[in-house]
Amino acid sequence: MQIEGKNLSFRYHPKLPWILKDVSLTVKEGERVGLVGPSGYGKSTLVRLLAGYLEPEEGEILLDGKPLPRKGISPVQLIYQHPEKAINPRWKMKKVLQESGMFRQEVMDSLGIEKDWLERYPRELSGGELQRFCVARSLFPGTHFLFADEMSTMLDVITQAQIWNLMLREVESRNLGLLMVTHNMELAKKVCTRTVHLEEINHRGKL
Amino acid sequence: MIFAALIFAVLLGVYLSGRLLSDDLIAADFSQKAQKPSLEHPFGTDMLGRDMLARTLKGLSVSIVVGTVASCVSAVIALIVGVAAATGASWLDHLINWVIDLVMGIPHTVLLILISFACGKGLKGVLIGVAVTHWTGLARIIRSEVLQIRSQQYIEVSKKLGHSSWWITVHHILPHMVPQFLIGLILMFPHAIMHESSLTFLGFGLSPEQPAIGIILSESMKYISTGMWWLAFFPGLMLVLIVLLFDRLGENLKKIVDPYSAHE
Repeated sequence: MQIEGKNLSFRYHPKLPWILKDVSLTVKEGERVGLVGPSGYGKSTLVRLLAGYLEPEEGEILLDGKPLPRKGISPVQLIYQHPEKAINPRWKMKKVLQESGMFRQEVMDSLGIEKDWLERYPRELSGGELQRFCVARSLFPGTHFLFADEMSTMLDVITQAQIWNLMLREVESRNLGLLMVTHNMELAKKVCTRTVHLEEINHRGKL
Repeated sequence: MIFAALIFAVLLGVYLSGRLLSDDLIAADFSQKAQKPSLEHPFGTDMLGRDMLARTLKGLSVSIVVGTVASCVSAVIALIVGVAAATGASWLDHLINWVIDLVMGIPHTVLLILISFACGKGLKGVLIGVAVTHWTGLARIIRSEVLQIRSQQYIEVSKKLGHSSWWITVHHILPHMVPQFLIGLILMFPHAIMHESSLTFLGFGLSPEQPAIGIILSESMKYISTGMWWLAFFPGLMLVLIVLLFDRLGENLKKIVDPYSAHE
């Protein structure tokens, strides 16, 4: 399985300049791609396009040669930078896992989610703990690609290492495709099989 | 929790006592007319010799019925309309906003009079009139709240997890509306009573023989210059107390249902 962005162009408003122009990027299953580039160059936008959260103005996103489905369960799951925004603050953590049908012992064990966290509200857990729930939620059987948009940037170094170790183990055992956005070149080298510099594949010209 | 239960019990008690008191207690008795508050008549008596305590309780029980029924109906209308406007198609949103502007644009009292007159005056007319004219403000608040919640990341995630718009509305959005809904309901309660009494005062509402608080207050205005202060003072005080109790009840419920304020 592979996901392919073909000649993607995107801008947030017709009057605004292009953020992405003729960008092509392919991620295969079992591959770990790091997307790096300076701030404001459209890394997050590209990831959101590929995950189907935004519609490209030009170009197309193909999943095994067919357009990415707009509705229904998506095989591409995105993990955000701020887990506290990606979890409903009124839900207990148990319900967060139940939402995607991942309230299972083996998932919680492999991600180090403790039993007594399940009865808490999101604000009673730390960022690293919440991020584990976001990962767990995305790891249901239909997931083939995990996109991580700076998912560890706001965590301290030890928690970063922990969560990436967990992620890598899951990605490897399930043979998922991983696309991670980061500013941290060392992290990208450690985690990824391939690194892509956005400014090299983006043809929007100088700002 | 205990406090909320206590308040609820008091409100229920006032309602039931008004309901259960026999009408004999408010029969006219000219030998007892215009008495000051005493042990026998704690709230005094009016110009027809009727016991003001019994009249006030009966009036409050009518007011509580009008207030709760009308504001509950109004709040439910507001919730449905607000959620529909925010989640439905854009033409629906435009239509609903247009209707809200229309209802808000007509002077409230005039609209109330028209509706309650068309629905046959009396308790039924007042109830319908008050219920169908108070939802607009709350509907607007709920619409904008839903729009804000729908732009959150966890809603996007939920869509990508394959959940339908209906599922998201029920599980994600509606729980967020509970505090707005409760507060809106509480704020509507005094409005509903006020409009009920003003309609009654103007002669389009409840009939004069019914012991509504609005009627008691407008009657007592005629006598207050003759020094009969208790006719207005006690019923007015009781009305304020009931309104405040409803307010407290809402605040307590909010603390129980809202995880943000659960630990305050």
